[in-house]
Amino acid sequence: MNNVVFGQYYPTGSVVHRLDARIKLLAVIFYIITVFFIRDYVMYAAMFVFIIGLTLVAKIPLKVLLRTVRTIVFLVLVTSIINLFFTTGEVLWVHWKFIKIYKEGVEHAIKLALRLILLMLFPSLLTLTTTPMELTDALESLMKPLKLIKVPVHAIALIMSIALRMIPILMEETNKIMLAQKARGADFDTGGALKKAKAMVPVLVPLFVGAFRRADELALAMDARCYSSVAKRTKYKVMRLTAKDFVAGFICFAVFSLVFLNKYLWPFDQMVLALFK
Amino acid sequence: MSIEVKDLSYVYSPGTPYAAAALNGVSITVNEGDFLGIIGKTGSGKSTFIQHLNALIKLQSGSIKVYDVDLTQKKPDLKKLRGTVGMVMQYPEYQLFDETVEKDVGYGPKNLGLSEEEIKCRVKEAVELVGLNYKEVADRSPFELSGGQKRRVAIAGVIAMRPRVLILDEPTAGLDPRGKKDIMSLVKRLKETSSPTIIIISHDMDAVAENCDKVALFSEGKIQAVGSPREVFYDANALALAEMDVPSVVKIARELQKKGVSLQGKPVTREELVEAIRRWRDE
Amino acid sequence: MAIKFEKVTYEYPAEDNAVVAVKNVDLEIEDGSFVCICGENGSGKSTLAKLMNGLLQPTSGVVTVDGKTTATEEEEELFAIRQKVGMVFQNPDNQMIASIIEDEIAFGPENLGVPREEIGERIEYALSAVGMTEYRHNTPYKLSGGQKQRIAIAAVLAMRPEVLVLDESTAMLDPKGRAEVLKVAHELNDQGITIVLITHFMEEATQADRVVVMSEGRVVMDGTPEEIFRDRASIEKYDLELPITDAIAADLLQAGLPLEDKIYSEKTLAEAICRLK
Repeated sequence: MNNVVFGQYYPTGSVVHRLDARIKLLAVIFYIITVFFIRDYVMYAAMFVFIIGLTLVAKIPLKVLLRTVRTIVFLVLVTSIINLFFTTGEVLWVHWKFIKIYKEGVEHAIKLALRLILLMLFPSLLTLTTTPMELTDALESLMKPLKLIKVPVHAIALIMSIALRMIPILMEETNKIMLAQKARGADFDTGGALKKAKAMVPVLVPLFVGAFRRADELALAMDARCYSSVAKRTKYKVMRLTAKDFVAGFICFAVFSLVFLNKYLWPFDQMVLALFK
Repeated sequence: MSIEVKDLSYVYSPGTPYAAAALNGVSITVNEGDFLGIIGKTGSGKSTFIQHLNALIKLQSGSIKVYDVDLTQKKPDLKKLRGTVGMVMQYPEYQLFDETVEKDVGYGPKNLGLSEEEIKCRVKEAVELVGLNYKEVADRSPFELSGGQKRRVAIAGVIAMRPRVLILDEPTAGLDPRGKKDIMSLVKRLKETSSPTIIIISHDMDAVAENCDKVALFSEGKIQAVGSPREVFYDANALALAEMDVPSVVKIARELQKKGVSLQGKPVTREELVEAIRRWRDE
Repeated sequence: MAIKFEKVTYEYPAEDNAVVAVKNVDLEIEDGSFVCICGENGSGKSTLAKLMNGLLQPTSGVVTVDGKTTATEEEEELFAIRQKVGMVFQNPDNQMIASIIEDEIAFGPENLGVPREEIGERIEYALSAVGMTEYRHNTPYKLSGGQKQRIAIAAVLAMRPEVLVLDESTAMLDPKGRAEVLKVAHELNDQGITIVLITHFMEEATQADRVVVMSEGRVVMDGTPEEIFRDRASIEKYDLELPITDAIAADLLQAGLPLEDKIYSEKTLAEAICRLK
């Protein structure tokens, strides 16, 4: 339960952990775009090497990082298989009754699987090395320009912060209520989906009632401490970029640039492959 | 003998970096008719222990036998167990959920698979046992009752399962003096009428001294001392180890002892103290 | 005069008929005093507390803080009152908004627009005042109830209040937590902060300068703990209880022992008993 409560955060105190969360967040955003521009296997391999390198620097066991992929295994398999069977092309590899598998289909499936896994890995690295609180602060800071168009940036950040604070409390409460109802003979484990859903009513009702009660009290406590969405407030925590943040930002930029260079200017993956031929 | 626990140990999240031992070799026997008080600091293992008695926690090591349900067996009869051991958790009013008091109190009996008639009969009995007027409250929403009434309804929901052992985790927490008195006399009444064995967790040493006939002192997942209130509250070593306070009566006796006055018979209740002081004075 | 109630009545708006929570109350809370408010559930104690800082505004009558009425629509004036009269509530989990303790404490000063550097100093002061300095960068999730309430007190102290209202803040705590919170309250009182403590625990009331008893929305008793607890008939009438040592003294008196009728601690009671022979 603790694992869920604290998100995926895996504290090791490495330099990656200590980077400014805004840099990490921006890197992830650009990374996601970049992944869609990867052209060939060599660049896929390069990306994997980059991520493994980062993981080592972050002092996170590779096993822990790979565990995050487990959650999307099913998605990867399904999409790959669909692509395998439904992509048509020129080179027919397998033809058995109504099943036709083309070379292009195989390549497509493999690339899609690699892309999905890559898409999962780097953001996981972000959440493994950054606390949810840091992420909230980073988001607020990055969204600041939106204030100009009257987006209530602080309110959004506050809502996220309160949500983070309340998640472990509500999880604990859920657990407590489930135990109490179990003691009254409730059975959450047997029966079909409908029966199981019905069995949850005695848990969900008190949970919601409790959540509203908490919200009421919290609002009162915030009022008592002079919270106002309109008044001018100051901010105690100011995020400052340091040299290591710029270096990290530059490294990511360089790596991501390679992908685009490779795609549009120098297809050096072809050159590497040519060497082996 | 109603409950027998032998060498019970329990670790939360075993095999992870978050592993934490909660119980470490707990053995205790509870007899039918006992009014057992469980005391100890927050985090001493009290709650983990009582949750075991209702199989809310899976047994890891040791053995638990509740009447003829043996929890070491592969598939113990949980329905029977939960009909035998009733559990009133902390702030039980926060677990109310149904539209009417009638339905909410009937939830437990329904889960036991009883007939409609039997459920109705038990609900009525339980609601009246906790001191509410059945006719007045049966069709009302439990959410519109007062705080004290809600807690009574929650207790009725457990009583309606007619448990022979009733476990209460801090039943008076957060109540005003009147509410506390009422709940404690309700517990005593339940012991006389429906549930002969009572196990209560409490931080109120004065209440434990006044009401319980057996006390188990928990500390760091172990039972540090167990016996009559007299034995436990005069076991200065065990209490100091567990960092526990004593009832005011015992504090006064200790102060008197310091001043060279030793009272006869180790008083723990107010009545005993007054009697002991009178006897000392008449000597 | 810190807080003054003049003929204050408060009715909760209800659908059918208004519920009168506070009826025609006249009350003055003096600067630097330690006042305890007792009374059974539903006697109007908590409503009285919420009238002190304008969280509720009287239906009739006037509440003033340092001469200024709480019945104002101006946010600025209301904030000035809430800054002076800080409030800590019952459930420690329902009054915290941040997942890091220093952020929690910064919240009040941020709302007041306190400059950044000064917020840092205030955090330091507030945490040391409640003895929680080493927890500055921790999350509140793993703290004990008593520690959480001390953090809630620190969060109010950072606003530099003149009055601290503890609205049943000890009700959900174990004896150790209660003792911690009470100790902090007395230390703050020694430093000149006015304390208003609302509680069901009579032992806490005996340590106050003054005890106010409420019943059915009215102030029915007002005096020193000595005066209040010697009036045993009224204590019974208003469904309060005697602190346990006084109950024992009462038992001894009733048993015909010539004990002086006053307020005792365990120690003084033992001394008095020694003198009996």
